[in-house]
Amino acid sequence: MSYLKPLFRHPKLPKNKLGYTLKEYEGSLSTLCAGCGHDSISAAIVQACFELSIEPHKVAKISGIGCSSKTPTYFLGNSHGFNSVHGRMPSVATGANMANKDMVYFGVSGDGDSASIGMGQLVHVIRRNLNMVYIVMNNGCYGLTKGQDSATADQGSKSKAGSINPFQAIDLASLAIELGASFVAQSFSGDKLQLVPLIKAALHHKGFAFLNVISPCVTFNNNPGSTKSYDYVREHIEATSSLDFVPEMPEIKTKYDEGKSTRVAMHDGTLIQLNKLANDWDPEDRISAVNALQKARSKNEILTGLLYVNTEWNDLHGTLNTHQTPLNKLKEEDLCPGDEALKEINDGFR
Amino acid sequence: MKPTNTKDPEYYHKVVDCQYACPAHTPVPEYIRLIAAEKYTEAYMVNWESNVFPGVLGRTCDRPCEPACRRVRVEEEPVAICRLKRVAADNKGDVKNYMPQGPFQPNGKKVALIGGGPASLTVARDLAPLGYEVHLFDEQPAGGGMMRSQIPSFRLPEEVLNEEVNYILDLGIHTQFLTYVNSLKDVLEGGYDAVFVGTGAPKGRDLPKLPGRKEGDKFIHIGIEWLANVAFDHIKSISKKVIVLGGGNTAMDCCRTSRRLGGKDVKVVVRSPFDEMKASPWEKEDALHEDIQIIDNHVPLSFEVEDGKLIGMKFQKVRPVYDENGKRQLLPTDEPEVFIEADEVLIAIGQENSFPWIERNIGLDFDQWGMPVVNEKTFQSTLPKVFFGGDAAFGPKNVITAVAQGHQAAVSIHLFCEGKDLLDRPSPYTNLISQKMGIHEWSYDSAVIIDQRYIVPQAKKSVTLKDRKKEVELGFDVPTAYKETQRCLNCDVQTVFTADRCIECDACMDVCPTSCITFTANAEEPELRQNLLVPAENLSQDLLVSKELKTGRVMVKDEDVCLHCGLCAERCPTSAWDMQKYFYSVTKAYQMPSPLPAIQK
Ligand SMILES: Cc1cc2nc3c(=O)[nH]c(=O)nc-3n(C[C@H](O)[C@H](O)[C@H](O)COP(=O)(O)OP(=O)(O)OC[C@H]3O[C@@H](n4cnc5c(N)ncnc54)[C@H](O)[C@@H]3O)c2cc1C
Ligand SMILES: Cc1ncc(C[n+]2csc(CCOP(=O)(O)OP(=O)(O)O)c2C)c(N)n1
Ligand code: SF4
Ligand code: SF4
Ligand code: SF4
Ligand SMILES: [Mg+2]
Repeated sequence: MSYLKPLFRHPKLPKNKLGYTLKEYEGSLSTLCAGCGHDSISAAIVQACFELSIEPHKVAKISGIGCSSKTPTYFLGNSHGFNSVHGRMPSVATGANMANKDMVYFGVSGDGDSASIGMGQLVHVIRRNLNMVYIVMNNGCYGLTKGQDSATADQGSKSKAGSINPFQAIDLASLAIELGASFVAQSFSGDKLQLVPLIKAALHHKGFAFLNVISPCVTFNNNPGSTKSYDYVREHIEATSSLDFVPEMPEIKTKYDEGKSTRVAMHDGTLIQLNKLANDWDPEDRISAVNALQKARSKNEILTGLLYVNTEWNDLHGTLNTHQTPLNKLKEEDLCPGDEALKEINDGFR
Repeated sequence: MKPTNTKDPEYYHKVVDCQYACPAHTPVPEYIRLIAAEKYTEAYMVNWESNVFPGVLGRTCDRPCEPACRRVRVEEEPVAICRLKRVAADNKGDVKNYMPQGPFQPNGKKVALIGGGPASLTVARDLAPLGYEVHLFDEQPAGGGMMRSQIPSFRLPEEVLNEEVNYILDLGIHTQFLTYVNSLKDVLEGGYDAVFVGTGAPKGRDLPKLPGRKEGDKFIHIGIEWLANVAFDHIKSISKKVIVLGGGNTAMDCCRTSRRLGGKDVKVVVRSPFDEMKASPWEKEDALHEDIQIIDNHVPLSFEVEDGKLIGMKFQKVRPVYDENGKRQLLPTDEPEVFIEADEVLIAIGQENSFPWIERNIGLDFDQWGMPVVNEKTFQSTLPKVFFGGDAAFGPKNVITAVAQGHQAAVSIHLFCEGKDLLDRPSPYTNLISQKMGIHEWSYDSAVIIDQRYIVPQAKKSVTLKDRKKEVELGFDVPTAYKETQRCLNCDVQTVFTADRCIECDACMDVCPTSCITFTANAEEPELRQNLLVPAENLSQDLLVSKELKTGRVMVKDEDVCLHCGLCAERCPTSAWDMQKYFYSVTKAYQMPSPLPAIQK
């Protein structure tokens, strides 16, 4: 068993704007089961951060408990990380974000971590529109505890042991849209061509970016009859659009086919260029997004791609009107108004 | 692209870069692992089976394997393949037991081998166990050819050479030393079923037209003749000031030998620029270390003789100019002629073939350059009974090439004597076995070590310069040798892909440290090479392409910088990848019963 990844890399590995190669974004060698979808998502995160030339030390990875929540060890090895308590990643992320808004926050969670024990935390972080990327590595089971059905397992889905799940599934993407998440997307670990640009767009979104990524558990939920297996997902996948994330606003030269092509401008001037596959869907219209999801579900399809984006809502800092300088950089003299001011305030209550 | 045909014995062979580059195709990683396991005898036998002279080659080989080593493509220096071979030879136990044991049942056929160098000795080794009566003729007093007469003892001790020559002669070879063959016709009339010519390229080039050549003759020597005279103790000293002309390996041996025979001020003067000299870089280094001055870009003009005594040479300075095809021309500079003092000069500017003893009217054709017409695959001449190999066949090369050609000539002679088609040659011996020992456990050390190449220690100059027989290189000690073995990437442990098992989870592609694996749409090779995670720009390295997978894509692996780390196979949930050891042994007349023990960790 190898515990270390060899240090040699391809001598022609491309470099990004910072002069880094992919190597600077990798983590240590995964200890997840061979073939776990979570590893592919980690690789997509590495790729996205490399391509966007994000400075690794400006990223914080925060997770709960589960195989999925272990993955931050396996990507962005030069970034900060906090492996929190089961289902409590959103609180830790909120605290960290409040203290230092200058960082990129990657929340990594599983369907158990988010849809069961952490559900209460998830709904509130959505409501608050905390500026972060929240990835659920969704395998329909509790992988780490040996594959029990989770709350996202589809009704009728068969477990490895042969039992049929009698309960309705929680549809995390619909839930997120319903609760007012400002960026919602769905994808599949086995489709990096879609997943990488989605992560890049999510990283550039100011506000809560929610990615529900189907990620087969190769050990406990990849059996025939499971609706989260590699084969099932590949057979039932449909995409809203094919998309590109465009880092800088290009000059608009070509005229796009109206109704087919759409661009969404992000806060920072970057663009999401969408080539729509579903006609009656508009990524900036919540109702059409919910409809598209419901329709797909009624046809047993797994709808992937960008589902909804709203670039106008304030993130939590905007809503609370916090100081421009991150809290952790404010000095005592900025934070402590002094005896005079205190006296004045106290006097106001007299 | 079509799916790769990995059944072709050459596909995986080519992945083992060192073995593929070796003229004799010695299974390098196999013997390196054996050395790591302290199985020196076995490591020696893997070599002996393939290259016949492990002790000699572990000191003197031209090592075409090393520049080919995969390691050069991921870091600076290749594995010290050659010097590890010596470790096997230095530390081996009794190897004779593992060699073919005579007397052999005679097969009624008789062959003559002319010349006793590595080419002939290889033919002898391969044919004797098959029952051939082998007669070997050489004008020298002992076997070994130029390994004895040319390669100086400070690079190759006589005991090492004698030992390995004797392993062959002890197989029951009839030797006739001190016998110069002066007529091939006479030999052909001697009732041999086949004749092998392994007489080398024995003639040293001269500069007959250079002014002063005749007058100074007493002080001017042909390098290879002079070295042979030193080797056989006919010459024991040289004057203080020596010029060696030439920039090849012979020049390096001449100057270093001069230093040992009394030369104090020894200069090598060469026409080409230093970097383009024919000598191997390590030989130049060794010469410089022994205080020999190398003066490049100087073309000889004349030998200067005064009162019947050589006083030096005149040279014209030149500078290299390259045309658009990179072809070099040496143009004179306008600097004045240079005079360099010398008491003696050694001319080491090349060797030639010469066959004064082969009659031109016996049906053996020669080409316009006076070289015999020899088939490059079968080594047969136009006289069907007569075969050539080594330097005699295609001009001066090196020991390992002579051995490789000897093996092939022996195959041809055997086929010929059995009345079979020489072009219908038996396939190489190959074997592919999984190295899986457990879920994530391999029978080889799959970890990739980043250590830089270790340096072989040398004896002190103050000692070696006093005694021409004192070996300069001391060889690796065992602990250092072990560390050096760990640098080997085990390129013979192949990544074998079974498309039907793949569920396209991407794990292998994600984990591969050197981005070798890509799942993508199929295309023609040039386009496919560009579409990989990192474009496959080294065209000398093949792509391993699978058949179409479920999603319609193919798996493409660029063999170029694969580290053979096994991570793809470790991270594959379905064992679609497996690490399998490929053993390849070149076709030989006598295929030894496998001397190869299973490797144990
Ligand atoms: C100075 C020098 C240094 C070298 N160093 C190296 C080195 O470090 N590494 C390396 O790999 N190679 C080296 N070489 C080259 C190497 O020695 C030869 O390529 C190799 O020995 C060729 O082998 P062979 O069997 O073809 O012939 P040779 O080794 O040349 O043997 C031919 C034999 O045939 C005999 N012979 C010739 N004609 C007749 C005849 N008519 N009758 C009877 N006997 C005859 C000769 O006496 C000789 O013994 C060196 C060569 C020289 C000149
Ligand atoms: C407070 C607490 N309750 C229960 C557990 C046991 N537990 C560990 S992981 C896990 C489920 C993880 O499922 P998921 O988030 O889907 O991750 P996966 O392993 O499937 O990626 C549970 C219930 C725990 N570690 N802590
Ligand atoms: S148990 Fe499932 S989720 Fe956990 S590492 Fe293994 S395959 Fe991945
Ligand atoms: S053995 Fe596999 S993982 Fe390792 S370098 Fe080669 S292809 Fe990549
Ligand atoms: S790890 Fe195995 S199953 Fe997964 S893509 Fe690679 S070869 Fe296929
Ligand atoms: Mg789960």
